[in-house]
Amino acid sequence: MLIDLKGIVKDYQVGLEKVHALCTIDLQINKGEYVAIMGPSGSGKSTLMNILGCLDTPTAGIYKLNNAQVSTMNDDELAEIRNREIGFVFQTFNLLPRATALHNVELPLIYNGTPAAQRREMAEKSLEKVGLKDRMNHRPNELSGGQRQRVAIARALVNNPSIILADEPTGNLDTRTGDEIMEICEDLHDAGNTIILVTHEEYIAEHSDRIIRLRDGMVERDEAA
Amino acid sequence: MQIGESIFIAVDVIRSHKMRSFLTLLGVIIGVTAIIGMQSLIDGFQKNLESELEQLGTNVFYVNKYPAIQMGDDEEYRNRKDITLKEAVAIEQYCPSVVQVGPEDGQFGITAKYKDRKTSPTNYLVAAFPAYFPNNGLFVAEGRAITEVDVDNNRQVVVVGINVVEELFPYQDPIGEDIIFDGHRYQVIGVLEEQGSMFGQSQDDILIIPLTTFQKYYGRNRSLTIAVQARSPELMETAQEEVIGVLRTVRKVPLDEPNDFEIFSSETLMETFNDMTRMIRIGAIVIVSFALLVAGIGIMNIMLVSVRERTREIGIRLAIGAKRRDILFQFLVEAILLSNIGGIIGILIGIGISQLVALISPIPSAIPVGMIVIGFVFCSLVGLIFGVYPANKASKMDPIEALRYE
Ligand SMILES: Nc1ncnc2c1ncn2[C@@H]1O[C@H](COP(=O)(O)OP(=O)(O)OP(=O)(O)O)[C@@H](O)[C@H]1O
Ligand SMILES: [Mg+2]
Repeated sequence: MLIDLKGIVKDYQVGLEKVHALCTIDLQINKGEYVAIMGPSGSGKSTLMNILGCLDTPTAGIYKLNNAQVSTMNDDELAEIRNREIGFVFQTFNLLPRATALHNVELPLIYNGTPAAQRREMAEKSLEKVGLKDRMNHRPNELSGGQRQRVAIARALVNNPSIILADEPTGNLDTRTGDEIMEICEDLHDAGNTIILVTHEEYIAEHSDRIIRLRDGMVERDEAA
Repeated sequence: MQIGESIFIAVDVIRSHKMRSFLTLLGVIIGVTAIIGMQSLIDGFQKNLESELEQLGTNVFYVNKYPAIQMGDDEEYRNRKDITLKEAVAIEQYCPSVVQVGPEDGQFGITAKYKDRKTSPTNYLVAAFPAYFPNNGLFVAEGRAITEVDVDNNRQVVVVGINVVEELFPYQDPIGEDIIFDGHRYQVIGVLEEQGSMFGQSQDDILIIPLTTFQKYYGRNRSLTIAVQARSPELMETAQEEVIGVLRTVRKVPLDEPNDFEIFSSETLMETFNDMTRMIRIGAIVIVSFALLVAGIGIMNIMLVSVRERTREIGIRLAIGAKRRDILFQFLVEAILLSNIGGIIGILIGIGISQLVALISPIPSAIPVGMIVIGFVFCSLVGLIFGVYPANKASKMDPIEALRYE
């Protein structure tokens, strides 16, 4: 089992009130699965993704990733996990605006000390997978929205992570470009990657094998697509 | 993370905010410029003085009523008894470690005339004994120097510097000709070798006459300087002690009173000069430290702005696996680099200014290597100290909030 969540709770203190973003989520995801997470706005999808991506820590509960207890790790260990085990794709791309596509893709490798030559080779290969090798010296503002998201996917892939987490990756794209991104996701899944993706669109969720529906921070339904 | 990435980011950021970086760096630039410029002038001065002092024999010292470099009130010195020829004679007679004495006097601003030609009024008239020549490393290029006979007979003879010759005798041999200054006639008996200048003062605008002749016209009750030559450099201290003993006796200084005269050699001159410049150096370092403190606050301010502007970038880096210390390091490198760019500019301007000053004025200059190193260290420290707070702030950001920052 790749991901094992037991009784995950996430509370936010807003003023005097406590917001329960997630209440007692129990969830298992296996290696190679393609999972879509759906649910109304504010249901806790992003909160769950952030916890899965080790960007955030739960208020309570146990998160095991590859049988390692993530919930008790310190900042440095979490950074290490984010770097090696997780590839994050964001709705707003989150590329460094002043760096080239190649440099953006290289970034995770820079932080784990991969030597420069190898770094470049891996980054180029990753860009090739998303069909952007010819644009590797372009900056984000010289690329279209879809191309930017492909660069972001290449960055997520470059370290061969255990999971690819995508929080509404097509949310800022038109339908056609969104479909291109979904095709890439499908290819990645076919190549054996584990993908967890948040979406509002049923037709996008249909690409996946399994749909988890959240409501008010709880799993409402968990079924095969 | 590799330092390469940190430097790459820092250079990129500084390049993309040239004006802002420059304004931030003004404080550093001004501070470093000031210290490097001043330092190179002091160093130049010192080098010049050293090379001049080297010409003075290492076994010569001077007795004078006033100290060589005088700071503050001179009343205390003015009330002392004058140094007289009698004392020079006593030194020669009663000090076994002394080879010879050269009592001397002098007068600035002399205009010499030959027929219808006139020198500029910048000549220095020296009243000397024969010892004056070896004591000051002077050689006669043509003719002869002042001799005992000249002194004993108050002869109307003069040895002139090369500038005097150029002004008065452009086309003829000066030896044997008569020149006139201050209403008296002197025969030119010798011409000195070219001396060059010291602190912008030409050493070739010089007229040397026998001390006795000088005293006849310019008065006997003036205080003299006595150059004393020890038998050897090793005997310098002994000779000085003997001279002090003799002078205290002749001048009837009571046992419990300090000397009422000054003794200095090239060594003590150098020491005095160093004492003086040390004060200037320390003062400058204090002032520059304040300038750098202010500059450091500027750097801290701009780094805080930079951290805020790049919140999202920090979020991205944290999200893809940068550790907190990577972020800390990145911003520290940026602050240090920023500060050192200011330092380099300041060093270049400082050296440039001092070279310019040396070019258009008599003040010499030198490149102060030690100060440049200190300048770099200072700038790095300023960058480090004032970069810590912003860098720490950056590294403590919450990745999710940083990513959400607009
Ligand atoms: N930093 C925060 N502070 C306080 N409350 C928060 C914070 N982040 C999320 N929440 C709350 O937690 C709940 C879940 O938010 P989350 O962002 O996970 O929703 P979502 O399912 O991703 O919604 P959307 O589809 O709009 O992206 C919401 O009620 C939100 O207000
Ligand atoms: Mg969301």
